[in-house]
Amino acid sequence: MSIEIKDMGFTYQPGTPWEHTSLKNINLSIPSGELVAIIGHTGSGKSTLAQILCGLLAPTTGSCLVEEISITSDTKVSQVVGKVGLVMQYPEQQLFAETVEEDVAFGPKNLGCSEKEVKQRVRRALIRVGLDPDIFAARSPLMLSGGEKRRVAIAGILAMKPEVLILDEPLAGLDHNGSKVLLELIKNYHNDGQRTIIWISHSMNDVAEVAERMIVLNKGELVLDGAPGEVFTQKEDLDKWGLDVPAPMQIIGELQARGKDIPGTALTMDAAYEKISAWLGKGGDPS
Amino acid sequence: MLIGQYYPVDSFFHRADPRAKIVTLFLYFFALFMVHDLYAKIAVTVLLLIGVFLAKIPLKMLLKSLKPVLFFVVLTAVLNAFMIPGEVVWQWGFLKITDAGIYQGIWMAWRLILLMISASLLTLTTTPIAFTDGLESLLKPLNMVKVPVHELAMMISIALRFIPTLMEEGERIIQAQMARGMDFHKGSLKERIKNILPLLVPFFLSAMKRADELAEAMESRGYHGGSGRTRMRVLTFTVSDMLLVSFMCIMLVALCFYRWVL
Repeated sequence: MSIEIKDMGFTYQPGTPWEHTSLKNINLSIPSGELVAIIGHTGSGKSTLAQILCGLLAPTTGSCLVEEISITSDTKVSQVVGKVGLVMQYPEQQLFAETVEEDVAFGPKNLGCSEKEVKQRVRRALIRVGLDPDIFAARSPLMLSGGEKRRVAIAGILAMKPEVLILDEPLAGLDHNGSKVLLELIKNYHNDGQRTIIWISHSMNDVAEVAERMIVLNKGELVLDGAPGEVFTQKEDLDKWGLDVPAPMQIIGELQARGKDIPGTALTMDAAYEKISAWLGKGGDPS
Repeated sequence: MLIGQYYPVDSFFHRADPRAKIVTLFLYFFALFMVHDLYAKIAVTVLLLIGVFLAKIPLKMLLKSLKPVLFFVVLTAVLNAFMIPGEVVWQWGFLKITDAGIYQGIWMAWRLILLMISASLLTLTTTPIAFTDGLESLLKPLNMVKVPVHELAMMISIALRFIPTLMEEGERIIQAQMARGMDFHKGSLKERIKNILPLLVPFFLSAMKRADELAEAMESRGYHGGSGRTRMRVLTFTVSDMLLVSFMCIMLVALCFYRWVL
């Protein structure tokens, strides 16, 4: 399930006084099974990109191929929807059904699955997001806690078994525990069956731990594309684009700037902790 | 949709007090329904044209405001042409068009057009907030009969302010459900009506949530309704506003005079 984007651009309401070019000259190739992070400030075009990949919008210039399907204004969302799943920001806002089971079943039903298949998928999806179907399936989705609601919403997309899963700010508004749970969920979904995951965020911190590849968008243009380690070293550029390197890197960077002799850098808090303890262990001066 | 569609330009009408504009529009409506003979009808048309000129609104925008009622304009003209008794001008079976019918049909349609354009002049030159302020001010006397004028005006302002926000929210929800495979074009009528639920429920929930949050925000800033409330933007009635209203009054009186005395 690979994605090929060539010279793609998107303009909202072309030819009107409200015209706005949200993406331009995007060239991108995402092979199957990658976990890619798309980072950008607000207004960088990342949500637009997500919508195009999902078939909700068609590019106004260039082309976007999802597997062999070219996304154009004639493409019906239904052709793409089974293959690409989009979890929008604050997905819990899309819950509407009387029971969790019914809500999660909405996606698979629309795909035309048999009743038996739908039931199976709902069950499996709920288990995957960490909600026990025997407890949750019959409850009202609107009476759940925020974190639970989000998981139900995500289950609703996972039940459609997309080969490409796009997550737009999945950790937004979650507390620490909630974030951890969701992060594990995403990691597992990725590892289990090597599915392509596209994680859209404005926060480097969120994705540093899991992303295999980072793409940075600024004002609609693709400005950086590479492994997280490489991308994070472009500190000046990132600063210019309003993006921050992850906290662990910053900590080590600060220490290094004060002349502390700590080698390399770290992408996660755990790694930073290890580096700093190792350095202290070797007689580093904490003053 | 031209409701609430403010066209930002500097003109006599844009600068006028909204109350003057509302009153003038009302007087104009009276005039429209009161004119009887051809010269009077020409007069009200000319009046409107002067207004259009003074408002500096491009003709294209005004014509756009007619789009929603185009159907009714034509329907009115046609129905009148066929229904009014008079000297038959054309006949096919039992369908007859009379001369009085044609005349009446054209006038009815024309009046509808004048109505729409004059109302658009108001909405195009007045921001929704100014309009609500003006309405609130004009209806203040109703406070004496315990009508909650301020609260009603506040409700209208809030509703107007939230129209674009709610429209965006609606679009988001449609997209979210489309991403889950919802298809508007498939299925029987019954199925398609059922399809409204995934849109309506989240939409209402989010609107209610917004309402709740807004109420809390307003209360925590000390809002407690209209009593004793002052405003930052004070509406001032200037000389040109007086002239506008008086001019329209004089026109209306003149037309009445013309119809019933002469």
